[in-house]
Amino acid sequence: SILLILSQCSVNSSVFTQEIMKWNGWGYSDSRFLFNKKGQAEFTGKRYRLSGMILPSLKDWFEGTFGASLQHKSPATVSAIYIYFFNAVQPPTLNEAFVEDLKSVGIPFSHDAEDRVFRAHGHCLHEIFALREGKVGRVPDLVVWPNCHNDVVKIVELACKHSVCLIPYGGGTSVSSALECPPEETRSIVSLDTSQMNRILWIDEKNLTAHVEAGIIGQDLERLLNENGYCTGHEPDSMEFSSLGGWVATRASGMKKNIYGNIEDLVVHIKMVTPRGVIEKSCLGPRMSTGPDIHHFIMGSEGTLGVVTEVTMKIRPMPEYQKYGSVVFPNFEQGVACLREVARQRCAPASIRLMDNEQFQFGHALKPQVSSIFTSFLDGLKKFYITKFKGFDPHHLCVATLLFEGNREKVLQHEKQVYDIAAKFGGLAAGEDNGQRGYMLTFVIAYLRDLGMDYYVIGESFETSVPWDRVLDICRNVKERIIRECKERGVQFPPLSTCRVTQTYDAGACVYFYFAFNYRGLSDPVHVYERVEHAAREEILANGGSLSHHHGVGKLRKEWMRETLSNVGMGMLKSVKDYVDPNNIFGNRNLL
Amino acid sequence: MNPHRQSGRAGLHDEEDFVDILEERRRSSDLGHALRTFKPQPYTGALPCSASDLNKSVLESQYLRYMTKEIAMETGSSVEAVKQEACGILEEMSHNLQLGFIRLLGFTLTKVFKRIFSSIHVNMEGLSRLQQAIQECPVILMPSHRSYVDFLIISYILFTYDLPIPVIAAGVPLAGMKMIGEILRRSGAFFIRRGIGSDKLYWAVLSEYVKTIVRKGFAPMEFYVEGLRSRTLKSLKPKLGMMHMVLEPFFKGEVYDITLVPISISYDRVLEESLLAHELLGVPKPKETTMGLLKAARVLQEDYGSMHVNFGHPLSVRQLSQNKINRSQYNLIPRDLPQKPSAETQACTNWLAHLVVRVQEEGSVVSPWSLMACLLLQTPSATLAEEGLAWDQLTQKTLWLRTLALGFGACLNWPGHVPESDVMSSSMALHHSVVQHKRGRVHLVEEKDPAGNRPVSPEEGVLRRAAAVLMVASYRNQALHIFVRPALLVTAIHTTKSTHRDELFAFFCFLQNVFSNEFIFIPDRASEDFEEACSLLRKCGAVQISPQEVAELEAGLQTTCFLQALLQPFIETYQVVLRFLCEEADHVFSEKQLLPAVRSLATRLILSGELHTYEALSSDTQKNVLSALLRLEAVTKLRTTESKYRVNRAAIRRIGDILSGKIPPQMLIAAPDARL
Repeated sequence: SILLILSQCSVNSSVFTQEIMKWNGWGYSDSRFLFNKKGQAEFTGKRYRLSGMILPSLKDWFEGTFGASLQHKSPATVSAIYIYFFNAVQPPTLNEAFVEDLKSVGIPFSHDAEDRVFRAHGHCLHEIFALREGKVGRVPDLVVWPNCHNDVVKIVELACKHSVCLIPYGGGTSVSSALECPPEETRSIVSLDTSQMNRILWIDEKNLTAHVEAGIIGQDLERLLNENGYCTGHEPDSMEFSSLGGWVATRASGMKKNIYGNIEDLVVHIKMVTPRGVIEKSCLGPRMSTGPDIHHFIMGSEGTLGVVTEVTMKIRPMPEYQKYGSVVFPNFEQGVACLREVARQRCAPASIRLMDNEQFQFGHALKPQVSSIFTSFLDGLKKFYITKFKGFDPHHLCVATLLFEGNREKVLQHEKQVYDIAAKFGGLAAGEDNGQRGYMLTFVIAYLRDLGMDYYVIGESFETSVPWDRVLDICRNVKERIIRECKERGVQFPPLSTCRVTQTYDAGACVYFYFAFNYRGLSDPVHVYERVEHAAREEILANGGSLSHHHGVGKLRKEWMRETLSNVGMGMLKSVKDYVDPNNIFGNRNLL
Repeated sequence: MNPHRQSGRAGLHDEEDFVDILEERRRSSDLGHALRTFKPQPYTGALPCSASDLNKSVLESQYLRYMTKEIAMETGSSVEAVKQEACGILEEMSHNLQLGFIRLLGFTLTKVFKRIFSSIHVNMEGLSRLQQAIQECPVILMPSHRSYVDFLIISYILFTYDLPIPVIAAGVPLAGMKMIGEILRRSGAFFIRRGIGSDKLYWAVLSEYVKTIVRKGFAPMEFYVEGLRSRTLKSLKPKLGMMHMVLEPFFKGEVYDITLVPISISYDRVLEESLLAHELLGVPKPKETTMGLLKAARVLQEDYGSMHVNFGHPLSVRQLSQNKINRSQYNLIPRDLPQKPSAETQACTNWLAHLVVRVQEEGSVVSPWSLMACLLLQTPSATLAEEGLAWDQLTQKTLWLRTLALGFGACLNWPGHVPESDVMSSSMALHHSVVQHKRGRVHLVEEKDPAGNRPVSPEEGVLRRAAAVLMVASYRNQALHIFVRPALLVTAIHTTKSTHRDELFAFFCFLQNVFSNEFIFIPDRASEDFEEACSLLRKCGAVQISPQEVAELEAGLQTTCFLQALLQPFIETYQVVLRFLCEEADHVFSEKQLLPAVRSLATRLILSGELHTYEALSSDTQKNVLSALLRLEAVTKLRTTESKYRVNRAAIRRIGDILSGKIPPQMLIAAPDARL
């Protein structure tokens, strides 16, 4: 049926993104981890540096860490065909008048099951797990593809007129249940897919800004700007798939925020279509004192107020020089102390991340097969130097990865400054390779969860931000809480519970936790998983961490909003929602 | 040997196997033991921390730096001077644990213990649970405190079983003893001044020191939650200052959890027994000096029977404080800045401290002699001293009481394979200093002059008899926790002459409130305590219970009479103090005046035959009455002068009237005493 619609309307080729993506897992269909016939792990496809490579130590790490075994498989039980052709999906509840009007204004749409299911979820564990088992809950009844700001205005008007529920959809990488359709919603739910609004409308070289349609995907935006010699420098881990509008709607944070800033620093102007009309500022002034900044109602609104259609954002000339680096510390405490000092001196590189020992070992397991005996000899020598000569305990040491950017001379100078600080905390420079691999892994790590799910291992990541004086405590306590909760809830094997400090700020840091376990022997693994994650979040809040640094609230973390913001704070947000969208047209029920 | 015990009450204890650790010492070389390889397993993740490292991190802590500045500002002295002072305090305080001294101590203690104790029983499961706990998170050892011997026994046991040696909170007077102070310091003791009061700097140094020990987790910490050695061998109301310092690192999330290990140390016979009785009668405690200790060496010639060290189940503070503490209350103030504990925190600390004492009580091992002491005190003292009590009668009653105690879940140390009469005889023999078995009768032994003279004045006679009675009473006190809840209920039944549950419960609560310094009850658990009392009495056939009523049964008369009589001395003593305050005291008085005045009133009343219990002479009980009255606001402390009190006679009369059943208990419930 999608073809039918395509013949009616002119849909840009990137609607086919859906065709090359997994329907029940992360990323591109051609890229996945698997254990080959020899029992060795490999990463398929051609898209990544790791693609086509053998990872000789992954199997041992995987089996050792989780108590998993290649003999015990838990493949996805259901293929896509089952879902679409055997009526696993509820027939759409269509608002006929709305559909008629939509046809008359010529905006493409679809009620094909595949299109609807694809836009009914983000990438929370429970969402993907359900898909793998062929379980589909409430899904949007219709998908629409506006082509420009004016299309969105029309759609929102029609939605108001016919009382239809709109859920904006960007890249679909949400990890907060934000895309889940509220099961109690009785109106027809329309997924508003912004993917066709993906043009750079202009680049202003005098002011270094670009005016971009909000549906553009991160990697496309960066590539197009690069062609002109510019970049935004905004690189969230999901940038291959997430959209500009999504970044604005969730208050996204990029890996290189130390140079370029987070989304709130990058945005100069936002245009958003709401049921009350279009909201935007009248000029492009770089800062204003005009009451509370209305951008801050839009950023983080998570699709509850309207659709972001166009954004003017800062751009920078592409950096002349990039250099990766890494530092090994004898233990996590020293590593954190070093990051704190780097933040104190405000000399953080474009990116600086500190992985704990478990993640360091994990990173090692993902080392591809080395091509020469010489390299493996060198690796052995390095290991010997660090553990035997320097006396680092391989079960305590941890590693920081670094990325420097800018003018070559300054980068080298900067690099020296950072390594000097690291040395004061017992840090040893551990080479560019380790650093580069660390960053490459950010993009492939999401694929690993799918591999785990093939072998009874489920997992997820979650994040927080916390003042410096609590970083160590929160890391220790949350990791420990996860381990104990798993034990108490009957998980048969010790879980992987690990963290890294991924961003530094003047007054604190962002901490990212990974958590995964082998669920053999559990009747309801997802429930166990959710209880443990819930407990971990409680622990975060009890230790002075925030509810979220950049993933957002969605529906997953709503229950803690009141204690996070105070009653008055909630009331403020509520009153904005009530004014902007009195009939709850944007009814995804996130946030509040 | 297994002490008899009823298992499973409140699910707190199971059958425990005790092992005599002296047996091994009697068979093998003491020196070998002292020089054994010692490889304890520490808390995972903790790095070793020398005494000087510890001091350094305390002095350099953000908290102390902040406090130093604040105090300098307040007092107008220089920061440097305050810092110096803090250094001095720390020097006086800090431990200097060295394995060599533990070995020396191990050697000496083995010698001494083998001489004075027939056995030292330790529960092995408790030790293995402790070993497990020590690897998981910082552990706080919380022994009961009845004797100076408590002080090093835990370290001795842990050394013997390859567990990390604790650092121990001790009173500063011990530090003042020549040599001994230093030996204790090197055995892991750190010293705390008594009556710190409002010395801000001292509090700051102490709390940072304690918190650093807990945070670093390099060694378990040991402290007495009761604060002091109990002179009466009865549990004391827990002190909260130290407890809060220990718990705060958990509340603030600086450690994942803290494990509290209540330890019950029980003695067949306490070394200090006669000293304690005299102290209670107002003879001042000898200053703790090394010479004094050497002089006391004669106590080492005596036999003190056996000792039980029962390591209780580790308590997880995290688990216990769930839903009691909102840890995010600390989110908005920097880690290292002082923050006054919230009411919620105080209540939780108070509750935990009481819980620990309760667990200590439940784990204490009660000797046959304690049961006998309960019964001896129910014979009029004059009779006991002069005619004596028939041995057969005492035997029969003791055996009856044994059954009752076991039914109430007591942990008894009654050897199974020895004839019952032998058990009792040997108990008598062990306590020859207070009782004698002569020609089929048991007599109270009163202390004689060195010259063997009879007392010169009747008052002196009262005092001598009281010394003997208080000694017996202290052994009775070791068994009180078994009976106290049912005894309160029986008292309520007898005083109110009611069968209505509600009325009984109200009086029960009143008694708990009045006696909350005397007997330890966990706060906010009155109804559970009441239910427990009901069910124990029902189980032994003393009462019949319906949803509305609790009725006494004829068949349970022996039990109810015993229980009523058990509390009688306390009730009479309270009445004497109340009477004194109503009739004789000035409107404003000081504690110093109160104690001798009450003592002389009680002496008069005893001589005139109006008062039957010599326990009214115990300064401990008198002080407890004062605390109770303060809590009930019948007495108020004057702001202007230290330790002066004002009496509210009407309120006191009312309390006395309720206690004797003349008027029903009104709402006398004052705010819970949870000040830190």
